[in-house]
Amino acid sequence: MKRRDYLKNMGLSSLGLAVFNPDEKAIENLELGKVPVKRPNGRTQDEAELEAKLKAEVFLNAHELATITVLSDIIIPADKKSGSASQSGVTAFIEFIVKDKPEFKTPMRGGLRWLDVESNKRFSKNFIDITPSQRINIVDDIAYPGKTPKHLSQGESFFTLMRNLTATGFFTSKMGIADLDYKGNTPNQWNGVPDEVLKQYGLSYDA
Amino acid sequence: MINSSIYIKSQQEVFDVVIVGSGAGGGMAAHTLAKAGAKVCILEAGQPFDPADPKDMTQLKWPYESLRRGASSSLRNFGDFDAAYGGWDIEGEPYTRKEGTKFDWFRSRMVGGRTNHWGRISLRFGPDDFKRKSIDGLGDDWPIGYDDMKPYYDKVDKMIGVFGTNEGLRNDPDGYFLPPPKPRLHELMIKKANKALGIPTYPSRMSMLTKPINSERGSCFYCGQCNRGCSAYADFSSSSVLVKPAVQTGNTTLLPFAMAREVMTDPITGLATGVSYVHTGTMQEYSVKGKIVVLAASAGETARLLLNSKSSRFPNGIANSSGVVGKYINDSTGASRSAIIPSLFDRKRYNEDGVGGMHIYTPWWLDNKKLDFPRGYHIEYGGGMGMPNYGFGWGIEGLNGKENFSRDGIKKAAGGYGATLKEDYRRFYGAYVGFAGRGEPVPREDNYCEIDPNVVDKFGIPVLRFNYKWSDYEVKQAKHMQDTFEEIIHSMGGEALGKKPGAENNYGLADPGRIIHEVGTARMGNDKNTSVLNSNCQAHDVKNLFVADAAPFVSQGDKNATWTILALSLRTSEYIVDQRKKGNL
Repeated sequence: MKRRDYLKNMGLSSLGLAVFNPDEKAIENLELGKVPVKRPNGRTQDEAELEAKLKAEVFLNAHELATITVLSDIIIPADKKSGSASQSGVTAFIEFIVKDKPEFKTPMRGGLRWLDVESNKRFSKNFIDITPSQRINIVDDIAYPGKTPKHLSQGESFFTLMRNLTATGFFTSKMGIADLDYKGNTPNQWNGVPDEVLKQYGLSYDA
Repeated sequence: MINSSIYIKSQQEVFDVVIVGSGAGGGMAAHTLAKAGAKVCILEAGQPFDPADPKDMTQLKWPYESLRRGASSSLRNFGDFDAAYGGWDIEGEPYTRKEGTKFDWFRSRMVGGRTNHWGRISLRFGPDDFKRKSIDGLGDDWPIGYDDMKPYYDKVDKMIGVFGTNEGLRNDPDGYFLPPPKPRLHELMIKKANKALGIPTYPSRMSMLTKPINSERGSCFYCGQCNRGCSAYADFSSSSVLVKPAVQTGNTTLLPFAMAREVMTDPITGLATGVSYVHTGTMQEYSVKGKIVVLAASAGETARLLLNSKSSRFPNGIANSSGVVGKYINDSTGASRSAIIPSLFDRKRYNEDGVGGMHIYTPWWLDNKKLDFPRGYHIEYGGGMGMPNYGFGWGIEGLNGKENFSRDGIKKAAGGYGATLKEDYRRFYGAYVGFAGRGEPVPREDNYCEIDPNVVDKFGIPVLRFNYKWSDYEVKQAKHMQDTFEEIIHSMGGEALGKKPGAENNYGLADPGRIIHEVGTARMGNDKNTSVLNSNCQAHDVKNLFVADAAPFVSQGDKNATWTILALSLRTSEYIVDQRKKGNL
């Protein structure tokens, strides 16, 4: 990278900031030490490097991801308003987030294996290979905190984690935000609560 | 690869003023001094930042434009779009704590510092906030009072822009306010509940431009994302509102990536001669000369710099003959609670992003003489139909099994899956409210930061070691906050979430540092044996050394610090201009 581009890339020129005593040699040395990762808009150079590293890392395998897809669609299925979790991209989100937040790695990997072991105990097959009604047979035992058979408590913990990650992944996707009917994130004028809503709650701006 | 030979380059140019730090205090000093014609050099340890530059801009991005859906990362601790480069822990830049004590230190490493992501809550101190010792016998009075500060608060209001209302409150004085945004639905509900309880509620006072104030800055377009930095410069950040125009005068040289090492002094006169620094990218050592040095690196970094600037003349660090540098560090108290309001279930959707933060607030309203703790707090309110973000829907199993929470009135089993679960998320969206108290602690000599004798950062600069403990005063104040929050929640017909914090966890009192309002490490005073700076924020020991951040604060106030940092820096800067004109500096 040319020095001029380097400075531009660092945003120095954009503010019209004066650069004091620029040291070309030192900047060249700095460049030599860096793995060339392009800095995308809205990210710092450090973030670009961290994200490149995380994207290159492989953690969950194909079987685990297939299981996540099946399970997330049980948690958030398609209905008349919107599509399912996996259609919104939840699998890819979970694939990334367990690498980004390593505290999820073991609970996720171990939880998925717990599910396959339970599935094999009951139906002699992995979770993705049993029938939909067999899957619900297991899910019903771990999806309702407070009602879980004592010996399946670890399954409940895993299912709760999956429910949380699935909901977050779905409702932060383009599909999920449209489903929720969130109206913001756009330039507008705030003129107060709509009149019919004030009326509905018996409130007013005059009080 | 870093060049193995470091060598010190000193700049021949002698600046009128060298300023360390480009946050609220440094930005205001640079702006004031450069406009007065001084040649100014700003050293900033972090990188450039301009929220209107696509490279830096995160405003109006959607959660799915983030791989982590807006979650925080080690590089952005307040979320993936938040305008704070840095965080609680910065690689290669450690700090330590004395055993058995706590302090967390948030540092932004960027032009504009922490003003890029701050809450924009812009509260001037009132008369009592400068004279607490006279009122309750604890801590110390400031050497100045509200009357000394009022003209500067007024100027800051007009120069930077703040919305709010004049309410004639004695200790929350009137100012020059732009029109406030109307309350949101949940805020009207809070206001109504508070009225029944005798808790006052007023329009908040925040530095977003609800009307344009000049041609350089646009006005608010209500995206609710001030913490990401505003591409229209419609909110206050030092980078956009102070540093940028200071550079545009042609009188300001801004040096990013410049980590200050020491304040240099003349061994004969004892005056400051400039600042040495290391370039954080190249690791080359530099120095820059100035006739006047202004430290505005944050309360923590300023104390560190003073303590690290040792010489035979200043064996305990520059400006520290009193030994007071680093002592009396104090952060706001903070406690919070959230709740869900069933009457808001299945609410009608509309855009209520508003400004980036609350439209209403409650200033301190009680008399401490009738309470078991000495200082007050204000309440900040949150809630509404915000943009979904990482964490959305988390913990629904704690809600959807509650009595009367289902649409058909039949109690459901908690948790679950499938179509009815999907419906629950839609139903609960926008029904949450949050309450946060921010209060005044009593500053103590035995709460301090000092130089760790054993630890240096990656630049070889000795690091800070904190020693901070809350006292009973702050714990009792947090208890009062929790009781108040529950009262308001019940009055709204809401259900408080989670277990009420109790004695076992100091009533939810946040650990020292977590509120990021640390002040007081180089306090002002009239007695040079018990203070570092005089009433003009000028070092007692070194007449051409000034401090312009929150380090000079004698006490915290039950207000957020920024508006007072700005007003105090403006006052100090005008004093410098005046003294230069008179030939005293």
